[in-house]
Amino acid sequence: MSEVKDPKCHALLGSLSDYVDGTLSEELCVEIDRHVAECQDCHIVVDTLRKTISLYHDSASENLECPEAVRERLFKTLNLNDYIRH
Amino acid sequence: MVESKTEISVEALRSGNREEFARMVDAYSGPIYRLALKMLGIPSDAEDVLQNTFLKAFQHVKDFEGRSSLSTWLYRIASNEALMLIRKKRPEITLSDISPENDDNSDYSPAQFIDWRPLPEAEFLSSESQSVMDSAVQHLPENQRIVFILRDVEGLSIQETGEALNLSEAAVKTRLLRARLRLREELSVYYGERLKKGEKNERS
Repeated sequence: MSEVKDPKCHALLGSLSDYVDGTLSEELCVEIDRHVAECQDCHIVVDTLRKTISLYHDSASENLECPEAVRERLFKTLNLNDYIRH
Repeated sequence: MVESKTEISVEALRSGNREEFARMVDAYSGPIYRLALKMLGIPSDAEDVLQNTFLKAFQHVKDFEGRSSLSTWLYRIASNEALMLIRKKRPEITLSDISPENDDNSDYSPAQFIDWRPLPEAEFLSSESQSVMDSAVQHLPENQRIVFILRDVEGLSIQETGEALNLSEAAVKTRLLRARLRLREELSVYYGERLKKGEKNERS
């Protein structure tokens, strides 16, 4: 990539998000597929970028509730004590 | 965000139905608190944002016109509250705040090329790993941080993220790309070290 100064690697950067999200046009997608298959560094960047996104995504599916004490204070602040569910 | 496991009636909210408001708070306090905590990193600050978000929602629900979904509307209030608190706590203006956003890729070109994905799964689940991930988010400039949290943590679409932040889709995409690349860079440094350490231990 930047280290190897290949203009193709640099051009790929701007499309990376769309590429990993699967929202890139088919034409560009094929082009990037081809480049990534040949360029080891870009391959790693794409793979570890995907992994980075999925790690954050997975960490969010845990602990969806806020702590009980925080929730109670919130209901109190909003004058909704009557509706608090335990 | 879970788009209301139990359907919340905007009509009831607008007419001042307190029970409905309580149901809304129940449904959304978790995700809003998480957003605030990821954004600010300090539980007491996150709680301030949480409370202010619902206080404002309570004050303004009459004006909610339903142009966006209820969850996007709440995220919009929460994002504003979080950004305001960050700016209030840091009164001095830094250079990064005033430098215009440009599309120059040079500042976020990848420099780490280690494939750390083969690390054992337990590595990714450790509390140390979680705190490295959290602090990496904290190191992002706030305008990238909020986009990343809404899109990749809370799972909003690009369009919804734009609605919540009053940004064009192009601006959302630019910030998201930069945030993702920066985080990849930072995680690569940490997990790359873990990988080397593991290989060293295996050899000895």
